Amino acid sequence: MPRRFHITLPLVCFLTPVLLWLVLMIVLPHVDLLRMSLRVEDIEGNVSWGFANYLNFFKEPIYWLTFVRTAVYSIMVTFMTFVVALPVAFYITKVAAPRFQGFLMMLLLMPFWVSELVRVYGWMILLRESGVINHFLTRLGILTQPIEMLYNDVTMVMGLVYTSMLFMAVPLVSVLESLDDSLIEAAYDLGANMGTILFRIVIPHAMPGIVSGSIVVFMLTLGNYLTPNLMGGKNSLWFTEQIYNQFIASFNWNQGSAFGFLLLVLSSLVIWVGLKLTRQKLSRVVQ
Amino acid sequence: MPIDLEVQSVTKTFGDFTAVEDVVFEVPQGQFFSILGPSGCGKTTLLRMIAGFTEPSRGKIAIRGADMAGVPPNRRPVNLIFQHLALFPMMTVAQNIAFGLQRRKENRSDIQRKVTRILERVDLPGFEDKTIDQLSGGQKQRVAIARCLVLEPAVLLLDEPLGALDLKLREQMKVELKKLQAQVGTTFVYITHDQSEALVMSDHVAVMNKGRFEQVDTPQNLYHQPRTAFVARFVGDNNAWSGVVRRCDGETVEIETAADQSFRTRITTPLEPGAPVELFLRPEAMIIQPDADLPNLNRFEVIVKSLLFDGANSRLLAHPINDETELLIALPQNRQFDHIRRDDRIEVAWDEQSGICFPAAG
Repeated sequence: MPRRFHITLPLVCFLTPVLLWLVLMIVLPHVDLLRMSLRVEDIEGNVSWGFANYLNFFKEPIYWLTFVRTAVYSIMVTFMTFVVALPVAFYITKVAAPRFQGFLMMLLLMPFWVSELVRVYGWMILLRESGVINHFLTRLGILTQPIEMLYNDVTMVMGLVYTSMLFMAVPLVSVLESLDDSLIEAAYDLGANMGTILFRIVIPHAMPGIVSGSIVVFMLTLGNYLTPNLMGGKNSLWFTEQIYNQFIASFNWNQGSAFGFLLLVLSSLVIWVGLKLTRQKLSRVVQ
Repeated sequence: MPIDLEVQSVTKTFGDFTAVEDVVFEVPQGQFFSILGPSGCGKTTLLRMIAGFTEPSRGKIAIRGADMAGVPPNRRPVNLIFQHLALFPMMTVAQNIAFGLQRRKENRSDIQRKVTRILERVDLPGFEDKTIDQLSGGQKQRVAIARCLVLEPAVLLLDEPLGALDLKLREQMKVELKKLQAQVGTTFVYITHDQSEALVMSDHVAVMNKGRFEQVDTPQNLYHQPRTAFVARFVGDNNAWSGVVRRCDGETVEIETAADQSFRTRITTPLEPGAPVELFLRPEAMIIQPDADLPNLNRFEVIVKSLLFDGANSRLLAHPINDETELLIALPQNRQFDHIRRDDRIEVAWDEQSGICFPAAG
């Protein structure tokens, strides 16, 4: 069957890496994670199987409080990123002269050429007690002595919004590009003000882009470790730090696996609820 | 009759470029007024100034006597139907039509009643809950018109809304639009590059060229008495010759064309002998094989190049014997000329009164 051979060879070529990636990097680790999360070891090293690791999560308030905190903050960060990114995307697509659009997109992309670690350290140089901003504020006499701007929730949220900007702005730019300017003008002509145009025309049109941007930003924020760890300090515990602590500090891989699974369930759940609320279909959003 | 729209020496410049130059016109209430011009002549800019999307550089626009300077589009008593209609795809037909009424904070039952009534008026009863992508081209057109008319604007502006339709539908919509306008009595300002749309629908037409109005007149006058060479060339088909005045005796002149043909034609303004002129003649003003005893005709022989059969609009494409100038000659479909074939040599003629003559530009 030569004909069939011709069809399957490219198919195999393309599918093999995808399947390898899926099985080796996603499916196998998760199966192992699931197995570990159900494994319970007592002090003497006796192994039994059960849901004890998951029960620990509910019994210890610090665990589930961090969990809820992470979820709420992630939703907040997603929303704030949207609020910041929408005017930026609108400006790039509808207000700026067409020849500047590429340049503005470049400006948006540029910070992402360096790693997240470097960017976070950049913020730290600016904000720390002996940092650039404090230096100028004290020099100008606005502050009598430097204040610590790092290691609190506000700074951490700001850092997370900054880190996520691009992933919200890009889908918004692409979805706003497809918005016909005459729709905005028609609404204006029919008596609408800017607020009505935003809520009745721009946002409904941009909904698929908003949802896909929000999913990406939410997942990245929820799973972020670096920014909360470096900018958040001791009082701004992130759930990923709990997982890290279990694996690295407590060396309790079984407990860590259970936490990892709970985080996976949480992000899936929030995204599912978000899709239901905005009446969007995942298949349409990921296009 | 009260004046709905008054445009007083409006000029719009973009840097060095003058898009609209010193345009003056007024539209009385209930009139269908068209602005006809080739693309890039500034007609869209003019319309956008009336709608309020751009401000004129100089001059004044008044709607029902009120000066519109500095009034944003959402506060002007005019509505615009966009070239691609700009219906809101995220809303149903009823929501589209109700959009403007909701902005005026009218109460819910009033809105519902008005939407139902306007949909009946545009022949789309029961279409409230359809989405925009369920509509055909002609239906979208009518929804767009309904969405504006429901607001009872002083002036309805239309930016070539028939451009996207296919020919058959366009012909049909032309008649419908004219009928609808007569029914509702709203003042329409319609811009188009299609002379047939302008002539069929309008009470008055302004012909626009390079930012200026060449002539504002009734469709009949534009066709029969164009005031400039541009209007003669742009409105309807015309045969054109360029030539020089040989003799002038008050009412008529004798013109010698570039190909040494000699014609007599009427004139409105006296011309000096030796003046370069442009001569225009409608295809239907040509008489094929005229009777030998008819007086005051310019007679000459032509060779038929091809027969362009198009029903009532059939033409002959021919050229004079020693000349390559192509001439369009209307071919009446009364079976009298069925014998004419390609390469035939026939006599044609035109009356001295039907030619239109202008001094050549430059």
